Amino acid sequence: MVMKARTVSRHFRESFKSLVRNGWMTFASVSAVTVTLLLVGVFTALMLNMNKAATDIENDVEMNVYIEIEAEQETIQSLEDEISDLSGVESVVYSSKEEELTSLIDSFGEEMALFEQNNPLRDKFIVKATDPRQTERLATQIQTYENIAAVEYGKGKIDQLFETLEISRNVGAVLIFGLLFTAMFLISNTIKITIVARRKEIEIMKLVGASNWFVRIPFLLEGIWLGLIGAILPIAAVSVLYYNVYEFMQPRLENSFIQILEFTPFIYQINALILLMGILIGAWGSFMSVRKFLRV
Amino acid sequence: MIQMKQVYKKYSNGVMAANGLNVTINPGEFVYVVGPSGAGKTTFIKMMYREEKPTKGSILVNNVDVGPLKRKRVPFLRRNIGVVFQDFKLLNRLTVFENVAFALEVIEEPPKIIKDRVMEVLDLVGLKHKARMMPDELSGGEQQRISIARSIANRPKIVIADEPTGNLDPETSWEIMNLFEEINSRGTTIVMATHNREIVNTIRHRVIAIENGLIVRDEQRGEYGYEG
Repeated sequence: MVMKARTVSRHFRESFKSLVRNGWMTFASVSAVTVTLLLVGVFTALMLNMNKAATDIENDVEMNVYIEIEAEQETIQSLEDEISDLSGVESVVYSSKEEELTSLIDSFGEEMALFEQNNPLRDKFIVKATDPRQTERLATQIQTYENIAAVEYGKGKIDQLFETLEISRNVGAVLIFGLLFTAMFLISNTIKITIVARRKEIEIMKLVGASNWFVRIPFLLEGIWLGLIGAILPIAAVSVLYYNVYEFMQPRLENSFIQILEFTPFIYQINALILLMGILIGAWGSFMSVRKFLRV
Repeated sequence: MIQMKQVYKKYSNGVMAANGLNVTINPGEFVYVVGPSGAGKTTFIKMMYREEKPTKGSILVNNVDVGPLKRKRVPFLRRNIGVVFQDFKLLNRLTVFENVAFALEVIEEPPKIIKDRVMEVLDLVGLKHKARMMPDELSGGEQQRISIARSIANRPKIVIADEPTGNLDPETSWEIMNLFEEINSRGTTIVMATHNREIVNTIRHRVIAIENGLIVRDEQRGEYGYEG
């Protein structure tokens, strides 16, 4: 159905009028949306950052493969090839004991320099698995090779970490879903109340031959406005909040392998999400409540 | 214009409101529908503009069977039928003018045409000078006249009225009846359910008496009354 421009403008006018006319109901709906979107926004920001941290941690799982001191240079070379050829190995980086000592001195200071006389460290490979979950299997396998002194990785702890991450991700997803559902229910109910008040109007519209869409669109628009207005405060709050958290955390995490999500693309993404959620729950809420009254 | 063939209507609570209705109403006719409360008068009327759907049988309105009509097409059926109710069904937040214009707005008429036509029908019902007033500032009879103006605004071929004088005092009822007569004289078919014996017996028209979902009497220039 192609709608005339005049009709479109009428629908817009009607939807705004209704917002004003139902002042308190509008306020109630907007408040419901605001609270929900605020919670959803904060939760989503937390969740995504947790996810990011989880990925950072996952990606950082690597094992140190220490080589026997006696091993010859060629042996080391062939060992490196051998490990690289293993399926599931992403990278093998060789680090000689001299390099190890240098990085030790770098991080712990000049007093470590006295080990330069008699370096107690071993040459090692830093091995990374394509899938961090494969770390344990690879470690066991590499352990059996000759000239390997030891394989070290956070055994046990890693499994536990994965489990914890998995659980917290699921819990977060359920929470967000629950919140969104509650919001839709609230909006649907508030709009229903404004519609009950306008039942007669809908009935008359239907009796004089208005099409279903003609009746529905102003309510749909009204729902969208409610969602949009309700999204303003959460967007502002989440932006300010995240800005401060980011400013606080960023310098402190600078040297850590865990990073907080960058402010600029992230804040746009999450704000777009909040806006979209607002529109969706508003539109859906009103759509559901008008449906019942259209069967005249 | 309106033709019912073997129409049955059974409500979900088991009530049979139509038990095989057969009737033909010709263009330009004025028909009273009489009968005791609960006899099926309102169902008979409601099925014509598809507020109720027959369980069985066919109802032709302007040669279209309205029974199997898709929900999407129902608005177009209603644009050819004006409806008037006992309780007026006016919107109290709109002015008299806006109430009548409403019927033309929803069918997307241009504003200029709406304005002219609304003033034209308000003039016809004699309330042009009250166009800017609110419905609750008017008397019952005036409100009913507004609702009649609204029902004929888009020039329907049929006007259906369900006890239009039910809430009005006798004198006002006559005024309303004169208005219906006037509309009928311009060629519009009128189907009116009523309990008003005096009106039926004075302004003589075809009378269809319904009882227990059946037409028990159908008389040209008939009198008020039904068996039982």
